Amino acid sequence: MTERNRELLNLIAVGMLTAIGFASVYIARSAEVSAGSLSYAGFFFLLYLVAHLVGRYCVPNADPYLLPLAGLLTAIGLTEIYRLDPEDAFRQGMWIVIGVALFSLTLIVLRRDYRRLESYKYLFGLGALTLLMLPALPVIGTTVNGARLWVRFGPLQFQPGELAKIMLIVFLAGYLREKREVLAQGRLKDFGPLLVIWGGAMLVLVQTNDLGSGLLYFGVFLAMLYVATARLAFVLAGSVLFAAGAFGVYQFVDRVQQRVAIWLDPWQDASGDGYQLIQSQYSIANGGFGGTGLGQGTFSTTGGTELIPYLNTDFIYSALAQELGLVGSAALLLVFMLFVVRGFRIALMTDDGFSKLLAVGLTFTFALQTFIILGGILRLIPLTGITLPFVSYGGSSVIANFVLLAGLLLVSHRANAERR
Amino acid sequence: MNPQISRLALAALALLVALIVATTYWQTWAVAGLEARKDNAIQRVAQFSIRRGVMYASDGRTVLAANRRKKVKGQTLYFRRYPQRGLAAHAVGYSTQVRFRTGLERSLNDYLTGANAHLDTVLDTTLDRLRGVTIKGNNAVLTLNARAQRVALKALAGNCGAIVALEPRTGKVLVMASSPTYDPNAVEQNYRLIKRIRAACRPASPLLNRAANGTYAPGSTFKVVTAAAALDSGRYKLSSTFVDPGYCIEYGKRVQNYDTTRPFGRVNLLQALQHSINSVFCEIGKTLGPETLVRYAKRFGFYSRPPLETPEDERTASGLYRKGRLFEPKDSSQADPGRFAFGQERLLVTPLQMAMVAATVANGGIVMKPHLVARILSPGGSVVTRTKPRRLNRALKPESARDLTLMMEAAVSAGTGTAAAIPGIRVAGKTGTAETGVKGRNTTSFIAFAPVDAPRVAIAVILENQSGTGGKTAAPIAKTVMEALLGVRSNS
Repeated sequence: MTERNRELLNLIAVGMLTAIGFASVYIARSAEVSAGSLSYAGFFFLLYLVAHLVGRYCVPNADPYLLPLAGLLTAIGLTEIYRLDPEDAFRQGMWIVIGVALFSLTLIVLRRDYRRLESYKYLFGLGALTLLMLPALPVIGTTVNGARLWVRFGPLQFQPGELAKIMLIVFLAGYLREKREVLAQGRLKDFGPLLVIWGGAMLVLVQTNDLGSGLLYFGVFLAMLYVATARLAFVLAGSVLFAAGAFGVYQFVDRVQQRVAIWLDPWQDASGDGYQLIQSQYSIANGGFGGTGLGQGTFSTTGGTELIPYLNTDFIYSALAQELGLVGSAALLLVFMLFVVRGFRIALMTDDGFSKLLAVGLTFTFALQTFIILGGILRLIPLTGITLPFVSYGGSSVIANFVLLAGLLLVSHRANAERR
Repeated sequence: MNPQISRLALAALALLVALIVATTYWQTWAVAGLEARKDNAIQRVAQFSIRRGVMYASDGRTVLAANRRKKVKGQTLYFRRYPQRGLAAHAVGYSTQVRFRTGLERSLNDYLTGANAHLDTVLDTTLDRLRGVTIKGNNAVLTLNARAQRVALKALAGNCGAIVALEPRTGKVLVMASSPTYDPNAVEQNYRLIKRIRAACRPASPLLNRAANGTYAPGSTFKVVTAAAALDSGRYKLSSTFVDPGYCIEYGKRVQNYDTTRPFGRVNLLQALQHSINSVFCEIGKTLGPETLVRYAKRFGFYSRPPLETPEDERTASGLYRKGRLFEPKDSSQADPGRFAFGQERLLVTPLQMAMVAATVANGGIVMKPHLVARILSPGGSVVTRTKPRRLNRALKPESARDLTLMMEAAVSAGTGTAAAIPGIRVAGKTGTAETGVKGRNTTSFIAFAPVDAPRVAIAVILENQSGTGGKTAAPIAKTVMEALLGVRSNS
C-alpha cells in the first residue's frame, strides 16, 4: 500500500471518530442526532480530504500518519469546543479552513525543494524577532490576562509569537547547520550568538511577562543546539543561564511570583489567584477513570456561571479530562506521543543537517508546548497560558501548527523519496 | 546527529509520559480528597443534577419537599420546592445552592441523593449512571402529622416558642413546630422576606428550630424530674407529708413560692405537684442534693443531645449551664439544689427534651428514642429502611412512673393545669412559669400526656415573653394540639 492510501484510510477512521464525537455531544445536548452534527463531521472530513489530495500531489512519499493524527487532534478539540460553545466552534472551524489553506499553500510553494529556505535564514531570524516585538508596540499591542502576547488590527486579534516560533526554528536550523562544527569546539567567542539568543529569550520573557513562552523558545533552542553540537555541557550551561534569568524575573515581576505561589499552593487564595487552577483540578478529578461522557460534564454553576475562565483555550484539557476521563485523556496524550514519535522518526531518516535540525525543531517545539501547558494544568510546573497544539481554540495557534505539520511532511517526503 | 536525536526524542517522550502519570494521579489518587473539599463547585452542582427524593408527612400523601426542574446551559438541574411552605420548615429544613442545607435536607442528604450504602440503592444509581439517565434519590416518609402540625403552628402564631409532640410508646415525633416559622422557598428566592419576619420576641430568629435548639428555663415543669428522683430513689412516697410555710430557706435567705399570699400548710407530695408548691420541692432538692437531681435528669436524656435524625448542630443538650457550657455540680456549693429542684438555677431545657420527659412518664419509665423518619422508600416505592421503635434507657421504675402519672393527672383535673383538661379523656400534665424579672416576660411551659390509661401522645409546649402563667398560656395550646392528635373534636 502506498503512503497516501494509508493516509486516506487513516483519515477515514478519523472522520468516523469525529462523526461519533459530534453525535454524542448532540445527543447529550438535545437528545437527538440531527443533520447538523453529521454535517459538521462531513465538512470536517472533506476539509482533510482536500489536505490529503494536496499532499498526494505535492508530497506523495510523506509520512502517512501525521496528517490523520493532526486531524484527530483538531477533531477532538473542535468537538469539545462545540460542546462548550457552538459559536466558538464555528469560528474554530473557519480557522481550521484557513489553516488547511496555509498548509496547502506551504506544500505547493515548497514542493520542489524546501531547503532553499536555508539561504534566507537571517531573513527568518529577523522576521521572528520582529514578530516577537510586535505586541510591545504601543497601538497594536494588547495585553490579555496580564500577558502581552497579542496584536490587534481592528477586529482581528493575532498572537505573532506562534508564527515567530516556526520562523525561529527555520533560522536556527540554518544557522546551526552552518556553525555546528565551530560551535562544537566550544571557543568562548563562538558563543556570541548563543548569548544573543539567551538575551533575546529573556527580553521576550520580560516584555511579555510570560515565563512559559521564554521557556518554550529557549528550550527549543537548547534542544537544537544539543542535536547540532552533541555537547551536553552547552545544554547545562544554557539551563543555568536560563534559570538565573528566570530567577531574576521572578524577583522583579509580581505576576511570575504569583504564578509560582499558586503552583505551590493554589488554596492559599482559593477565590482569587488560585481559583482557575482549583476549578480545573476539580474538573479533572470529576472525570475520574471513565469520564462523565461527552456533553455530560459540569462546567458552570447552577446559576449558569462559567466555573473555569479560558476553558476552551488554555484549559481545554481540563474540560476533556472531565468528559473523557483518564481513559480518554491518556488516549489523547498517546496521540500527542505518536505525533512526536513520527516527527523524530522523520528527523532520523533524513540525511542532511538542515532537514534534521528542522524536523527536530518542529517536533520538539510541539512536544515542549504540549508539556508546558499541560504540565501547568497538572501542576508539574507553574502555569502559563499557552495553547494546546491543534486542540485549543485559537486562530494563530491552529494556523501555526498547520504550517508546522506542512514542514514535517515536506521533510519526510524528501527523506522517503531519496530512499526509494 | 542521530544519537542526539534519539536521546532528545526520549527526553520529549519522558515529558509526555510525565503528563500521563500526572493525569493518572489527579484522576485516581487525588479524586477522593478533591471531591470531599467543601468549595468543590462541581460536586455541589452534581448534587443538583440528581432528582432529590421527596419528603412526605406521616400520611404518605402530604408533600413537604418536592423538586422544581430547570434547564441550565443544557444541563437539567433539580431545585427544591416546598409546597407546604412553613408547615414543617424546621424539621425538613431547606436545600439551596447559596445557603447550603439545614434540617433533614442536610442530614438525610445521602438518602435523598441516592448516595446511601443500601444495596438496592447502590445498584439503582449505578445503573442510572451507566445508562446516563438522571439519578433519582430515595423518598422519605416522616412521622409528622400534617394536620396536628398545622393546628400547632396556628396555636403558636404570633408567639415565639415551640411544640413537640411524641408518641410515647414508639418515640415518633408527631409534631415539631417552632414559631415564628418561615417559608423555605424564600431562602433561595427572596431571603429578605425571611429577614422581615416579626414575632413577640427580638430577634425573631425564624430559622432557629426552637423545638430542638431553643433553650429555655423550664420552671416548674422540671418538678416532674425532681418528683421522679424523689419517688424513684425511695426517699419519698406519694403520701410523704410536708409543711409549706410559703417559702423555703436557702443559704439563710427566703425563696418565696409563686403565690406568696397563701401558704398551703400541711400537704403531701401529690398535692405539692398538683399545686406546684416551690417550698416543698426546694426541701426535696436540698435533701436529695444536686448530684441526685443531675443523675435522674440524665436518665431522661439531659446532658446529651437528644437523638434525632436532624443535624447534630440543630439539637441542643438540656441541663445546667455555666458560661454557655453544660456543667455538672459536684455538691451544693456549685449549684443551688433548691432552685434546681423547681426548675430555676441556670437550668436550660429544649422543648424536645421536655416532651421526652412527659413521654417517659407516659411510657412507664422507659425512654424511647425520638425519631422523625418513619421510612425511606426507593424511587420505585419499595422500603429501603423502616425505623423501628428503640428504647434508649429505663429512667424510672414502673411504680414511680405510675405515681408520677397520678400526680400529673391531679394537676390537670384539679390543680394548675386545668386548662388542658379534655372532656372524656384523662390527661396528665404539669405547668411551668419561669419569671425573668421583667413583667410580661415569663417563659411559660406545659408538658402533658393523654390518655392516661393508654397514652398515645406526650407533648411539651414552651412559650417566650408571656404575661400569664404556664397554666393560662401553654396548657390551652397543649390541649388543642392533643385534641388534634387524638382525633377529638374541639368544642372551643
